[in-house]
Amino acid sequence: MTVETKLPYDKQYIESFSSDRKEPEWMKELRLHALEKADQLEMPKPDKTNITRWNFTKFRHDYIPGEKIASMNELPELLQEYFDQDNIPENLLIQRNQSVAYSTLSEELKEKGVIFTDIFTALEQHGDLVKKYFMTDAVSVDQNRLTALHAALVNSGAFIYVPKNVEIEVPLQIVFWHEDPSAALFNHVIVVADENSKLTVVENYLSSASEEETVANIVEEVFAHDNAKISFGAVDHLSSKTTTYLNRRGVAYENATIDWALGQMNDGNTVSENITHLIGNGSSSNANAVTVGRGKQIQNFTANIVQHGKGSDGFILQRGVMLEGATTIFNAIGKIEHGAIKANSEQESRLLMLSPNARGDANPILLIEENDVTAGHAASVGRVDPIQMYYLMSRGLPKDDAERLVIHGFLAPVVTQLPIESVKKQLTQVIERKVY
Amino acid sequence: MAGSVLEIKNLHVSIEDKEILKGVDLTIKGGEFHAIMGPNGTGKSTLASAIMGHPKYEVTEGSITLNGEDVLEMEVDERARAGLFLAMQYPSEISGVTTSDFLRSAINARRGEGNEIPLMKFIKELDKDLDYLEIDKSMATRYLNEGFSGGEKKRNEILQLMQLKPDIAILDEIDSGLDIDALKVVSKGINKMRSEEFGCLIITHYQRLLNYITPDFVHVMMQGRIVKSGGPELAKRLEAEGYEWLKEELGIKDETVEQNA
Ligand SMILES: Nc1ncnc2c1ncn2[C@@H]1O[C@H](COP(=O)(O)OP(=O)(O)O)[C@@H](O)[C@H]1O
Ligand SMILES: [Mg+2]
Repeated sequence: MTVETKLPYDKQYIESFSSDRKEPEWMKELRLHALEKADQLEMPKPDKTNITRWNFTKFRHDYIPGEKIASMNELPELLQEYFDQDNIPENLLIQRNQSVAYSTLSEELKEKGVIFTDIFTALEQHGDLVKKYFMTDAVSVDQNRLTALHAALVNSGAFIYVPKNVEIEVPLQIVFWHEDPSAALFNHVIVVADENSKLTVVENYLSSASEEETVANIVEEVFAHDNAKISFGAVDHLSSKTTTYLNRRGVAYENATIDWALGQMNDGNTVSENITHLIGNGSSSNANAVTVGRGKQIQNFTANIVQHGKGSDGFILQRGVMLEGATTIFNAIGKIEHGAIKANSEQESRLLMLSPNARGDANPILLIEENDVTAGHAASVGRVDPIQMYYLMSRGLPKDDAERLVIHGFLAPVVTQLPIESVKKQLTQVIERKVY
Repeated sequence: MAGSVLEIKNLHVSIEDKEILKGVDLTIKGGEFHAIMGPNGTGKSTLASAIMGHPKYEVTEGSITLNGEDVLEMEVDERARAGLFLAMQYPSEISGVTTSDFLRSAINARRGEGNEIPLMKFIKELDKDLDYLEIDKSMATRYLNEGFSGGEKKRNEILQLMQLKPDIAILDEIDSGLDIDALKVVSKGINKMRSEEFGCLIITHYQRLLNYITPDFVHVMMQGRIVKSGGPELAKRLEAEGYEWLKEELGIKDETVEQNA
């Protein structure tokens, strides 16, 4: 197969797509500029994975609105396990294909000025705010061909803004349901926590089963202003026919915190980057991530914390399990910039291989340009300890059950970090299903 | 039904092509408590490991049966479900798996699909045994053996014994590293198991434990064989006089498996 180099959508298409959505002029221009860039820029080159033969540019971009969900009591079957019927979230956005199928936000949060909406409504109603954050200080349009393509073709997404001094204890939950693969998913998420605010957000990506090849090109930009705290959880579970490029980017200012808990459970080939810039002094980030690879799936994950602020604290923890013929690369990058005195950068990446055909690599990188700092790293690629298996089986557990316990245990340090109980349970189920 | 019968005949076991056990014969029946004593390096743990099916130990000759069924044909988990239990000298640490999740899985594996233990019943029985063994309730939610002290690991093994209720248990140096209070508690747990349905093989190189658990039979192991058997008085004599008289009586110079008589 030769990879298409010509882009599938032209200037005219983008212009009318933007007009149809009544987007502000700046957005249309940004899209058109990005389209031009997409023609010139190089593809991303993830460390240790060759993606030159992956399909990122052949897809359809039809606009397919999803059916509304009238009530949480009448959830489509696929979504049922994502919620606990006795405990429906107060603040919830369900996106189905390219439109909102369901959304609620508590009166209390509305009154406090919290914005929690889809990206198009945000562009319409809070254009200036979106403009300030849309591919400016986090992910840039011209980072590579795929980010440019993303900007040109964004067709769904969400926008969250928490005003100054507002602390939200209950989580905001978003479900991105890629129901119909004939439209590629160009999803854009912006989360902004203004000064002294606090927020927990959890998102789910899922696809309906389909044999059709499709593409997900996702950019998420998360901003924690001075003294803000964001706890960000995710469970990605896109189908085996979806080729995914995913950028999750955080920017933390003075004394701000962004904690990530990511369940990276896609079934298809995936390149996923999670980069956090600790700009402010005293800022911090815990980047926790798990993955399970299965089949012939190839996945490349980069967790990168870039520390500019004095006394900033970055901790990367990645755990992955590989089954069958899966390939998984964990790149962990701790970077301390010049001047970031007393910064601390720690990282741990561990892969567990359950099959002789699985392949994987944990690639620890420390880039330190300041003397007065502390840093540490640990990385390993290993197999299940036969003595552990013997111990568990000696209590009557069949081999499969014993293995399953070891796997859950291995992933537990990250899974237990997920901020919503129902999502934690759901991630556990996804792991369970992927393991057997 | 009366208890089970574990029958070991002429058992030879090698590890990495080195013969450790050189013909062990032993029969344990429900209702009986046996003790195997012997200095370090005489093959006691090897016997326990071979019975349970440790992957490193190879049985080269002889047989092990449980109620007439060939144990050596069974996988490790099948042996457990058939009624065997081994409290290990060095229990593994299982990170990320809580003691209670593990125990429930193990109990359910024995009970079989469709017959799982109701959650409330499980919690109640676990609480009862934790209390009985004077174990802090928090152990149930700690990861299995991870960061446990030596004593905590031993108590946890006995907790598992009480929860899983096997027909035949082998306890390998369950007393090692225990202070006297812990020893009493652990013994209390083991004694509680006593019934016509339960047989036990206690491996120790100190007589100390046998002050709290009275065995019906005492065996001494040297050079990979049982070299002497008797009643509780044999343990007492070993406590008082050590192993020298026995070595002399049997003409053994080096009691470890390294040498043959
Ligand atoms: N894992 C092992 N690898 C190699 N040799 C072993 C191993 N385990 C035991 N042995 C050998 O078997 C002998 C008996 O060991 P063991 O059964 O543990 O004795 P005991 O429990 O009576 O102290 C030891 O002296 C040692 O030489
Ligand atoms: Mg031993």
